Amino acid sequence: MFDVLGNRFRDIFAGIRGEVRLTPAAVESALREIRLALLEADVNFKVVKAFVSRVRDRAVDRAVLDSLTPDQQVVAIVRDELVALFGKQQAGFAAAGRRQRVVLLLGLQGSGKTTTAAKIAHWLSRQGRRALLVSVDIRRPAAIEQLSVLGGQAGLAVHDPQDRESAAGRALSAVELARADGFDTVIVDTAGRLHIDDELMSELEEISAAVDPTDRLYVADAMTGQDAVRSAGEFHRRAAVSGIVLTKMDGDARGGAALSVVAVVGVPIVFSGSGERLEDLELFRPDRMVSRMLGMGDILTLVDRAEQAAAEQQAEQVERRALPDQFTLEDMRRQMTVIGRMGPLDQVLGLIPGMGALGGGAQIDPKGLTRVAAIIDSMTRDERRRPGLMNGSRRKRVARGSGTSVQEVNRLLKQFAQMRQLLKKVQSGAVGRRSQARRLRQRMRIPGALAP
Amino acid sequence: MPLGLRDRLGAVLRRTAARLGGRLEQIAGAAGHGADASEAARETADAIEEVLLEADVGVAASERIMAAVRHAGAPRGGLQLRTRVQREMLEILSSPPSAPPAAAAPRVVLVVGVNGTGKTTTVGKLASLLRREGCRPLICAADTFRAAAIDQLAVWADRAGVDLVKARPGADPAAVVFDAVEAARARGRDVVLVDTAGRLHTRADLMAELEKIGRVASRAVPGAPHEVLLALDATVGQNGLTQARQFFDHAGVTGIVLTKIDGTAKGGIAVAIACELGLPIRYVGIGEALDDLLPFAAEAYVDALFTKAW
Ligand SMILES: Nc1nc2c(ncn2[C@@H]2O[C@H](COP(=O)(O)OP(=O)(O)OP(=O)(O)O)[C@@H](O)[C@H]2O)c(=O)[nH]1
Ligand SMILES: [Mg+2]
Repeated sequence: MFDVLGNRFRDIFAGIRGEVRLTPAAVESALREIRLALLEADVNFKVVKAFVSRVRDRAVDRAVLDSLTPDQQVVAIVRDELVALFGKQQAGFAAAGRRQRVVLLLGLQGSGKTTTAAKIAHWLSRQGRRALLVSVDIRRPAAIEQLSVLGGQAGLAVHDPQDRESAAGRALSAVELARADGFDTVIVDTAGRLHIDDELMSELEEISAAVDPTDRLYVADAMTGQDAVRSAGEFHRRAAVSGIVLTKMDGDARGGAALSVVAVVGVPIVFSGSGERLEDLELFRPDRMVSRMLGMGDILTLVDRAEQAAAEQQAEQVERRALPDQFTLEDMRRQMTVIGRMGPLDQVLGLIPGMGALGGGAQIDPKGLTRVAAIIDSMTRDERRRPGLMNGSRRKRVARGSGTSVQEVNRLLKQFAQMRQLLKKVQSGAVGRRSQARRLRQRMRIPGALAP
Repeated sequence: MPLGLRDRLGAVLRRTAARLGGRLEQIAGAAGHGADASEAARETADAIEEVLLEADVGVAASERIMAAVRHAGAPRGGLQLRTRVQREMLEILSSPPSAPPAAAAPRVVLVVGVNGTGKTTTVGKLASLLRREGCRPLICAADTFRAAAIDQLAVWADRAGVDLVKARPGADPAAVVFDAVEAARARGRDVVLVDTAGRLHTRADLMAELEKIGRVASRAVPGAPHEVLLALDATVGQNGLTQARQFFDHAGVTGIVLTKIDGTAKGGIAVAIACELGLPIRYVGIGEALDDLLPFAAEAYVDALFTKAW
């Protein structure tokens, strides 16, 4: 998502890096690049202007120019300023202050409110909380049904009062039911609306007045362009937004709009959504996001996910197997099961420092995981341990046995070799930061990272 | 061009139009008084760039427009400057007249795009539009993935007064498309409008699913899909270009439907897409009602975007 911006920054700083002393002219050309990179990342042009001038003020400082590591100093300044833009507030929910929490989800059409509502309920339930979902979208066809189906699939409580017709009435009914039945949280999914639709913006005010929400979360699409600031600003003006949820982060949008919205509206991003599954919701971490923008890889997020997935199962097995010289396709297979649980593989790999720099992003299709497993399962033990054995006729046999094709077998063997290669580089510190790579290896035993 | 179209588009864009055109005129007015002519020219260029960037036109397409404006020499005033920007934008957006619709029976139109851009709504509105134009469309529910997607589309089929072919949730979308084509043939329908599930262009597996839908459709009718429309949210930023490129590569997109233009976003990414990929905008979505879909006309659009006096 922010990777492309990361790449841009990397190029910019690679340019600066050659120079022993930084000249004001070099700073100026770097700033021009930074401006373009931010604009292409959809950061609002006014925010970009202010940002660039702040960085310039600090970068042309004598102390920076004369230092022995001016490039790093400029990186540090850009980094600081980006972090400062995101603000310091805590992600997740602030203390509700009273017993019942009422969360209102609002935003433009198609931003992802309904999925987010279910994800938050799921997130809360994993923390031992009881959330009641209610849709007050009485306008979009089958919107109420969508939430019921989502809730039903995941065993989440959804309230659908047949006797209430207005949005506010439905919300209130849920709050009353929650109070009676001991739900500590009510999550209200509202209809998508345009910020300029006066009638519907008033409806939001009515809902608010009826249920007095503790949290008003504005759900924003990470792919939004320059208009993000205007719509978020208007929602904030009418409904006093308390936090932002950034959705569709699993795409490759550079997400500059998020930065602008935070900078302009001044409320923190509290969650980010990165997939269509209910588990794909994370607490938003500005520092990590900035690291990612700067191309350092979001190692902490990866470690979090690895811990979660590994804790669930098999962690121990994987640990035991992790002797450097013995890394084989067998281990790869086992570890893929763990990785599979962390989310789409390309997404996971994208979080590894250096993977972005190596270009293209690993093209691994999550559905392909099962085919890969089938291929490995069709090999003999010897073959799994010594992939070098796989000559043409063995490849043909394995393809037949696994119901795949020789091309797929070839591809897997090539990918295996590439992964080893790549992660060897990570291990040796050739790409990415050494300490991060070491921590990564310790925590999750990525295939190939263990190779000598 | 039908007058009604210009009026309705104009009415929708009224809110934002003044800002675009008006600002361009002011820019040149102010810069004209600059002490140093080259300094004034630079300021003008910066200002135009900002206007375009704020509309999500993007850096590359903005540069093309600015180069064209520069090429024409120093503008004599704000009005001339605006006219030049407008003319270049029109040039980018104008596409050669589209080929007459394939004679295939039935014609298959896929609507694709990332999550939440307005695909389902567009299918409903398009069915109604085609009916008004004298076609006999049939709707196919190939989003078998998202919760309640089929029910949502059923409501639209009902509103538009057309048949819906569906399968149970989780069914193979390509198979539903095949069935819909058969049904259309049996019932004498001439267009099959296919609603597909929202998918991020970064998901290789889901893009492959679209390719499969296309393959299966072509087995059902030669040459299918005859049209692949990418539903693009007018508020989308520069990622819209990546989306278009990916859907173009994997699903053979033939045109854009620019949705939600009734907000304040100007949909400038469509200019970037037309500039870079040459993909035409075919329709614009201007609201959530049945008749809120208009055939795109570049001239009316650019006019509406720039005309100041409303
Ligand atoms: N204001 C406005 N809203 C629109 C327009 N087109 C669609 N919408 C709304 O955008 C939201 C999403 O539309 P859908 O048609 O469900 O989008 P989709 O692309 O089918 O969504 P998924 O199938 O979930 O990916 C709904 O609330 C629609 O009413 C438009 O032109 N203007
Ligand atoms: Mg849909």
